Amino acid sequence: MFVSRSMVSQVITIDKDASVFEAQEKMAANGIRHLPIVDADNRLIGIVTDRDIRSVMPYSLIKEKGAAQEREKLAHLKVEDIMTRNPKTISPMYTIQDALLMIQKEKVGAFPVVDDEGKLQGILSVRDLLRAFINVLGIGQPGTLVGIEVEEKIGQMKKIVDAITEENISFGSILVARTWDEGKRAVFPYLLTNNVSKVKKKLSTMGYKLINPMDWYLDRLPKKP
Amino acid sequence: MKKTGYLHDNRYLLHDTGPYHPEMADRLIAVYNGIKEAGLLDQLTLIPAVRADPKWIETVHDPKYIRRFEEICLSGNRTFDYPDNQMCVDTYETAYLAAGGILDTARRVMEGELDNAFCAVRPPGHHAERDQAMGFCYFNNVAIAARYLQMAHGIQRVGIIDADVHHGNGTQHIFEQDPTVFYYSIHQHPSFAFPGTGREFEEGTGDGQGFTKNSLVLPGQGDDIYEQLIVNDLLPAFERFKPEVILVSTGFDGHRDDDMSDISLSTEGYSWIMETIMKLGNQYAAGRVISVLEGGYCLDRLGELAANHVRILLNG
Repeated sequence: MFVSRSMVSQVITIDKDASVFEAQEKMAANGIRHLPIVDADNRLIGIVTDRDIRSVMPYSLIKEKGAAQEREKLAHLKVEDIMTRNPKTISPMYTIQDALLMIQKEKVGAFPVVDDEGKLQGILSVRDLLRAFINVLGIGQPGTLVGIEVEEKIGQMKKIVDAITEENISFGSILVARTWDEGKRAVFPYLLTNNVSKVKKKLSTMGYKLINPMDWYLDRLPKKP
Repeated sequence: MKKTGYLHDNRYLLHDTGPYHPEMADRLIAVYNGIKEAGLLDQLTLIPAVRADPKWIETVHDPKYIRRFEEICLSGNRTFDYPDNQMCVDTYETAYLAAGGILDTARRVMEGELDNAFCAVRPPGHHAERDQAMGFCYFNNVAIAARYLQMAHGIQRVGIIDADVHHGNGTQHIFEQDPTVFYYSIHQHPSFAFPGTGREFEEGTGDGQGFTKNSLVLPGQGDDIYEQLIVNDLLPAFERFKPEVILVSTGFDGHRDDDMSDISLSTEGYSWIMETIMKLGNQYAAGRVISVLEGGYCLDRLGELAANHVRILLNG
């Protein structure tokens, strides 16, 4: 769960003296949106994003490469002039959960990962977090999701897991989510099988309510006051 | 009245999936009885199974996978690759008979002995990948038939319509880079159903870009949405592609009484789908429609659904 395991270590960086056009081309060529800037000692000094570039360029230059004289006007503009200095960074020993919460809080698309000495070790983007979560959800493997409503009390999960395990079915993942109803929880086991009808009947017989699939994943979090 | 083949063989019952497995031999008995009770048996040409030549299986499956399947099956193992894939010592041979029966039926259609056909086989095939068994499937019957049609009968463009309620991941993956086979599937949305593939944005890759199309149906939806999606997605796609033969992966598991999905197709809805496929077959493929059974698990419904299915084939 550590960032060091999920980050990209071979970071594509750019020199602070490079032109804005160079930065734009480097992003396009590598299919990325963030370029960290480091000094000769690999110490992070800033970051430039595709958004920073867009905000200094007229629309015509982004879309159609523009006329020569338009380009001329921006030729003097360097990465150093538009980069964000001292960007928010994270440590390689941050966890994926830390990074998720940070991304939500800071509203950024990627974090440079730096060690205690301020040296760049990697970059972690939303894309890397998504990959980690696809893995956690288990949806890369064939399976079927089931939604079950349970009382919010200790021991519910054991009963569900036991009932499913007795049917010789393995789990890709289990999610637990809040529901609107006070004192209730929604449990979503992702079962690595095509054969869920028997286990669904069994859970119903045990007294569990199966949640209508059209109500899965509805945003049921209470509204902010 | 068309000359419609009905591939049926009691040896398909030998693939024993053990107790409480939905993909059971009784399914084919229900299909047979339904067709018989509807008085349609005499009008059909009954085709017996024959064993496939391994060279055709190898056009789709990795030889190492085929050997692994044989070894695991003959060693008496009850499952293969996933616990879903329950089997017995006869499963390997039954899979050869399923694929072989379909190839022989396809030959008869191509040689003009039959106009079209329904192949009621077990085990099913559309989840089987090149090198992996999945979702009760071992050999990808429809994929093997597509390759056979191309290599033995010079067919350039094969259109596959997968109407099983689950996405045919195996068939899609086998042909996703191939512009000579169009794979169309309509199925329950993958976030709500096995196997979790067949999303709207999966449209083929490389040269095959644009030759895969997935239409997604949400839980609770039925006839109306199927009609809408087939008209909007399948018809224009096949108008452009102009398949010379249509292979149908037929699954009756989207019926509202089938508890393997949350889809609510009616018996009439199933007839509409097959009638529409026949129209496509007549329009582009000289009526050459070869339907191959995949899923469908509601024993009380399989008879009437299969009888309607072959009646539509007979009417052409």
